[in-house]
Amino acid sequence: MYIIVAGGGKVGYYLSQHLLAEGHEVLLIERNPERVLEINDVLGAVAIAGDAAEAGTLVAAGAPRADVVVAVTGEDEDNLVISQVAKAKFHVARTIARVNNPKNENLFRRLGVDVTVSQTNYILNLIEQAIPERSFVHLISFHEDLAIVDAKVSETSPVAHRAIAEIELPINTAITAIARGAKLIVPNPGTELLPGDDIIAVAHQDQEDELRRLLV
Amino acid sequence: MNAVIMGCGRVGARVAGLLDNTGNFVSVVDTDSRAFRRLPAGFGGETIIGTGIDEDVLRRAGIETADAFIAVTNGDNRNIMAAQVARLIFEVPEVICRIYDPVREDTYRRLGLTTVCPTTTISAIILDQVMRAVSEQGQSRGGAG
Repeated sequence: MYIIVAGGGKVGYYLSQHLLAEGHEVLLIERNPERVLEINDVLGAVAIAGDAAEAGTLVAAGAPRADVVVAVTGEDEDNLVISQVAKAKFHVARTIARVNNPKNENLFRRLGVDVTVSQTNYILNLIEQAIPERSFVHLISFHEDLAIVDAKVSETSPVAHRAIAEIELPINTAITAIARGAKLIVPNPGTELLPGDDIIAVAHQDQEDELRRLLV
Repeated sequence: MNAVIMGCGRVGARVAGLLDNTGNFVSVVDTDSRAFRRLPAGFGGETIIGTGIDEDVLRRAGIETADAFIAVTNGDNRNIMAAQVARLIFEVPEVICRIYDPVREDTYRRLGLTTVCPTTTISAIILDQVMRAVSEQGQSRGGAG
């Protein structure tokens, strides 16, 4: 695949190194010419100097034949515009943007960025999963406004000791798997939920709160 | 009319002053409090310190009840992002966005933003003046020779 990486900071640098090692064709665009020299010293001639939001730079980088553009600068506004220009002007099939302010993750998806990566949200989720008393964890967002969540059934939960068929789930939600200890259960309508079960559900983000009230 | 202006540079401060003078309510947002010194004496609107790409800052500036949002910071990308937030999230009826880069301006105009590109506008004015001056001079020189 031909992948253009915009932003030669730590994320862009290690990402390019990794992608190159996997055999992809990579071109890194970095604004600071000195940083470009540093990167090219280590990785070979993979980086060019320029502003990735400028069409001229993207043309020089061969954007029209790029499969993916990944925008990982430290500025959200730059990552958004780079992704949008790549998509609108060069019809790049897939754009991935780093989101520095976690509040912007949803906005970026609504504005047409295919995939967003928020380091802050990612680390927050990991922390939430690592805290045992957390009973309802948002695992991942996808497709604009869908979420995968992990809900732990408590002793007092309204759904404890009830079969899935008896539970009235909010609309646009589905229980997709149950983790019971080390066992993974693919649920059917007769599966009984037990206290301590981890319910993995797919839900519309608007339904998360309702689902939390129902399951926890 | 209520207007929110992001960026209190020469243009932002001037537009804010003009709107304020003509009986509108104006909030001006800038990351640098010193920028507000550019506002004319007796400016009756509000000043908010912060970045206009942050929804909370925009809310503080009253974007939820704004009739117009004007993005005139020095950063094209910042203006573009803020204008899209104003339009998409806050549904401000009139959103105007300054973009210096003519190519980017073209792209976002096609995507539906109301854009102003000083580069193309001023270049056209200058070119027009130069061409007119040259043709007038050419005539007088030609007439003399």
